[in-house]
Amino acid sequence: MNGISPQQVQIRTTDPRAGYRAARRREALRAFILAVPLLVFLLATFIYPIGKLFLMSVQSGEVVNAIPGTATLLADWPGPPDLPSPQVFDRLAADLQKAQQDGTLAAAARRLNNYEPGFRTLMLKTVRQLPSTSGLPYSEELPRIDKRWGDAETWRLLKRAATRYTPDFLLTAMDREVAPDQSIVPVEKTQAVYVDAFLRTFSISGAVTLICLILGYPVAFLLATLPARKSNLLLIFVIVPFWTSLLVRTTAWYVLLQPNGVVNSLLIASGLTTEPAALMFNRLGVLIGMTHVLLPFMILANYAVMRGIPPVYQRAAVSLGAHPAVAFLRVYVPQTMPGIGTGMFLVFVLSLGYYITPALLGGAGDEMISQLVALQMERQLNWGLAGALSVYLVIFTLAVYAVFNRLVGIDRLRLG
Amino acid sequence: MRRLVNSGCRFLLVATSFLALSLPASAADSLTVVTFGGAFENAVNKAYFEPFTAKTGTSIVREQYDGGLAKLRGMVESGNTTWDLVDLESNDAIVGCDEGLLQKLDPKLLGDVSDFIPGAVLPCAVASMVWSTVYAYDTSRLKTAPTTMADFFDLAKFPGKRGLRKSPKGALEWALIADGVPTADVYRVLGTPEGLDRAFKKLSAIKSEIVWWEAGSQAPQLLADGAVAMTMAYNGRIRVAQLEDKRPFSIVWDGQVYDYEWWGIPKGAKKADAARTLVEYASSPDNIWKLSNYIPYAPPRKSAVSKVDKAVLPHLPTAPDNFKNALQINSEFWSDNFDGINNRFMSWLAQ
Repeated sequence: MNGISPQQVQIRTTDPRAGYRAARRREALRAFILAVPLLVFLLATFIYPIGKLFLMSVQSGEVVNAIPGTATLLADWPGPPDLPSPQVFDRLAADLQKAQQDGTLAAAARRLNNYEPGFRTLMLKTVRQLPSTSGLPYSEELPRIDKRWGDAETWRLLKRAATRYTPDFLLTAMDREVAPDQSIVPVEKTQAVYVDAFLRTFSISGAVTLICLILGYPVAFLLATLPARKSNLLLIFVIVPFWTSLLVRTTAWYVLLQPNGVVNSLLIASGLTTEPAALMFNRLGVLIGMTHVLLPFMILANYAVMRGIPPVYQRAAVSLGAHPAVAFLRVYVPQTMPGIGTGMFLVFVLSLGYYITPALLGGAGDEMISQLVALQMERQLNWGLAGALSVYLVIFTLAVYAVFNRLVGIDRLRLG
Repeated sequence: MRRLVNSGCRFLLVATSFLALSLPASAADSLTVVTFGGAFENAVNKAYFEPFTAKTGTSIVREQYDGGLAKLRGMVESGNTTWDLVDLESNDAIVGCDEGLLQKLDPKLLGDVSDFIPGAVLPCAVASMVWSTVYAYDTSRLKTAPTTMADFFDLAKFPGKRGLRKSPKGALEWALIADGVPTADVYRVLGTPEGLDRAFKKLSAIKSEIVWWEAGSQAPQLLADGAVAMTMAYNGRIRVAQLEDKRPFSIVWDGQVYDYEWWGIPKGAKKADAARTLVEYASSPDNIWKLSNYIPYAPPRKSAVSKVDKAVLPHLPTAPDNFKNALQINSEFWSDNFDGINNRFMSWLAQ
């Protein structure tokens, strides 16, 4: 023992900490290596496509790619009321013919049609008639082919579309457009669709969240307080639907709620109504279907929290003289806040992106925003607008996240 | 932690094996043909695919989609086209060709092009059949039979719900026809702001009674369930319901809106040559009429009509009695105006 040098003592005191740090580093590295495949997968299938979609919401290369020369010249044109110089007309005529040979014209024409119905045919018609022109200068020839080329507004829209990056998709997604005097104005009332759709999506999601809370909270309480054997049995009733495909459950409701369906037959047989009640193809159908699909999230989130709450606090409150109802509200409920928060957050955020259920059970006025995204994506090939709508949906979802974080605290959220 | 990692590994294992299962099976000499599925797929399978496989030994992998060019565009842009032949609606056949998503089709494959009815051969696609949007009703539920398009919009004479596809396409044309616009003038009127107002006004008159459907299979179902008194539907679906499900449905042909359905070969298709052989086979005068025996869609070749089973003829959209007051969908009109009109349609729906 006497032979121990100060140096050795030094080693003995720092060694455990260094070893611990090294072990932690190894552990972290191991965890990282284990997660690498998942990270790569997420990057490739989730983060990259979403990033690309976001980029798409501000990109509009179709017109520039088709008529690059005209785009450059138009950049120097100050805009209405004067028409561009004859040089621009010449350039456009040459560009159009080249674009048709390169196969870039159709995409540009489709893009221009977003600005003005009929712009697509204007472009295609102009190209068709160009080869057989009479030798007049194009500044006279083009307006002769179609009088819209003599209108400065046509050229203004062409200039707007002929930029690589555009705010126009993001504006359209908010029912706004840029007026001739460069100010941002609301679109015509009959064309305004998206703001209403966002508001509708939020109100449906909010309603579903509240209904789920009202229905799910007592069930979760029952599950958490019953003896294990009974609660496990009941839990199966919650979990089995949870495992069933969303589409199956939605179509099941379709069968139940239709005018001659099970529910209506029972209502009529029992004499409650004589005419079939309108249970679907309206908001009621959407709320019933979505609530049923999302209810397990609310129940399980609350159940997980409630199971961990010892009953002694409530008992203590009662033994100190509180009425059981007061003890429940002021002692028990506050302890379940993390469960309520998780459940509401999950249900609300999942509702925002709902697609199949409102499409099948909803009526004319129940279109949710994801249905409109799908329409632009699949039918209209307007991926820019689809991207812009998705950008807003993500922003609003993040905003909801921030609000929940503020009110409940995301770090307190737990799922089990 | 270890338990978590373990179960994570197990999950990964299960997930990868599912992934392996979900990858499309591809045989060396098979051809992937994509259709809208349902009754039409069964019919083309019996009429063309099975005999084609028997004759050439090329097996056919059938896939389904819901129309639209989004998937095709995604494939072409990513340079991995897995479809070899696609069943297309008019709008998609025209736009897909314009945008270079479809291959040019050599008219030589089709033999005598003048044998096709006008407009049935496009630069990138050839018509596979003529289908129609009509309205149908259940004869066991309606006491008096509706006969005209105006009857569909007449709630006083024929009370009850109306089924319509949730799209301005078709519905607005019908509204104008019912309001007395001759079929020849429908698109000219619809192209003016006053005409559009007029169509929406007519549609508003029955708006409270309209049940909107989205998938073609919903229409006969709504009718069978008694959810609607009459509904817009594709004529083939109604015929199949009459034959296979023995439904007492009847079709009103007045004001029918018909269109062609197309075959197109995607750009970058791996079996483009085999796909061309199939198109040649299915479009030849010897075979093209066979489809009509399985589903009442009309062949687009003039010489084919006489070969169709006599019992089937009266159920084709192009049968003389059915074709008296018919309108062809104007795909150019809708390519130009769909966005604006559809926005107006959606805000009108939500009012």
